[in-house]
Amino acid sequence: MYTQGLDQKGQSDAKGDGLEAAADLAAFQKRVDAEEKIEAKDWMPEAYRRTLIRQISQHAHSEIIGMQPEGNWLTRAPSLKRKAILLAKIQDEAGHGLYLYSAAETLGVSRDEMVGDLLSGKAKYSSIFNYPTVTWADIGAIGWLVDGAAIMNQIPLCRCSYGPYSRAMVRICKEESFHQRQGYDILVELCKGTAEQKAMAQDALNRWWWPSLMMFGPSDKDSKHSAQSMAWKIKRFSNDELRQKFIDVTVPQAEFLGLKVPDDECVLDKKTGHYGHGEIDWQEFIEVIKGNGPCNKQRLAKRRKAHDDGAWVREAAGAYAEKRAAKAA
Amino acid sequence: MNADQALLAYVSRLGDNALILGQRMVELVAAYPELEEELANANFALDFIGQARMFYTYAGEIEGNGRGEDDFAFLRDENEFRNFLLIEQPNGHFGDSITKLVLFESFYLLQLEALTKCADTRIAEISARAEKEIRYHLRHNTQWFLRLGDGTEESHQRVQGSLDNLWPYTGEMFAADEIDGIFAEFFDGPHLEAIHAQWMTNVELIISQATLDMPEDQWMASGGKQGRHSEHLGFMIAEMQYLQRTHPGATW
Ligand SMILES: [Fe+2]
Ligand SMILES: [Fe+2]
Repeated sequence: MYTQGLDQKGQSDAKGDGLEAAADLAAFQKRVDAEEKIEAKDWMPEAYRRTLIRQISQHAHSEIIGMQPEGNWLTRAPSLKRKAILLAKIQDEAGHGLYLYSAAETLGVSRDEMVGDLLSGKAKYSSIFNYPTVTWADIGAIGWLVDGAAIMNQIPLCRCSYGPYSRAMVRICKEESFHQRQGYDILVELCKGTAEQKAMAQDALNRWWWPSLMMFGPSDKDSKHSAQSMAWKIKRFSNDELRQKFIDVTVPQAEFLGLKVPDDECVLDKKTGHYGHGEIDWQEFIEVIKGNGPCNKQRLAKRRKAHDDGAWVREAAGAYAEKRAAKAA
Repeated sequence: MNADQALLAYVSRLGDNALILGQRMVELVAAYPELEEELANANFALDFIGQARMFYTYAGEIEGNGRGEDDFAFLRDENEFRNFLLIEQPNGHFGDSITKLVLFESFYLLQLEALTKCADTRIAEISARAEKEIRYHLRHNTQWFLRLGDGTEESHQRVQGSLDNLWPYTGEMFAADEIDGIFAEFFDGPHLEAIHAQWMTNVELIISQATLDMPEDQWMASGGKQGRHSEHLGFMIAEMQYLQRTHPGATW
């Protein structure tokens, strides 16, 4: 997981510095239009580079922070098989984070810098991980909905114009689709189970549905950077298009489980073939992005504590390496 | 106790060590400062949980009452778990975790090597697979033990403290009881005196390479192998078993 359109605020990425030669820009755009991959050593507009750094690092941070809500149920997973599957999933997410930080590093930013921005609160990550996982069914709902929404966002990114990012996405998407199936499988089992288990599943869907729809980012009319990202072929579909796709795929899956999506307006329009949806509470989204979600402070505090607790270990590793190098010299 | 009972007890103990250690490591997920170590920890914990599943599944088959891996993990009480006290100790800081793993895995690797040659083919097969995993863990964890021991003054002090605190729990690993005796005799199992001597040689070397002091000979704690645990295990098991206990008979 999990890219998200966080681009509702006026960031300066798209400005560029005005000094780039028109000829270079035109040549670059021509390559992009021809679906050539841009590689790390190629010339690229500064704004393109900054947009990618922001998007890829946000994506990496989301993978890392996303480990926390799921890790919350690792010690309490209800069977050894489920525990192993969940652990493997969380391990995958850590791997995604690592992989994405490396992709961002090709653009000339260090992992330390990116992690520093996460810990200071400057960098954003997907708003979805600021919601709590309160029952085991939430683990199913995250796999099904959150990894599901991530796949919708990320499949087009496999064709992103920036080579290292697009290649990272190909690999990551394969794993995300496993995660989605495994999450759905948790809910299948719960919905076949006792009345309490089924109620647990419905409750999870009720809580995770709307935040999952928000993962696609602001509605197209409020999304500032979409047009430029589209022209650069970083983005291929608009936020609303992807959201609609997700709803159309997911609602029948909920019906198969015998669960109801918590939106009375979510009915199939036979003419268009699409499901409708009610008004999304964008105020909630903005609050969560600003840091006022149920778990924002907890998530960052845990990451900071891990980082701080590791300070003496990093120093030791550094000192040991120096001693070894001195001995070898 | 007859040979079959000893076999069952021996196998479920192997499962208990693997599960309880795996569960402790799972507590650390998403709390590692560096991504590389996060991945290593998750990877190693997965190995332990996988080993526990294989040992428990086999234990259930030996027992023949239809119990499976989850019955062993989730529906037994604290005093039925026969893991070492060393393994159930709380995680503490990174140095504590690494030291615990080095001390245990130095033993476990020798145990598994011996088990690959035992007369029970199923145990031999599981052990052959586990041995490869643990050999890799131990190499990784030993590297960290050396870095911490021979790193900074602070890390040296900290990990010396870990070693001194955990040392009294190591004796139990080599204290043979009736189950170990029968398993050695009837199934060509490990001889714990021989393993102890080899372990001591290996561990002394690692400790000196890490520029740390060997703990003195001292009183050793015991009881885990007989189901008499520290206060720590109860909480851990309560947490682990919560869903299965709250929803009796449900499938997941
Ligand atoms: Fe991921
Ligand atoms: Fe995922």
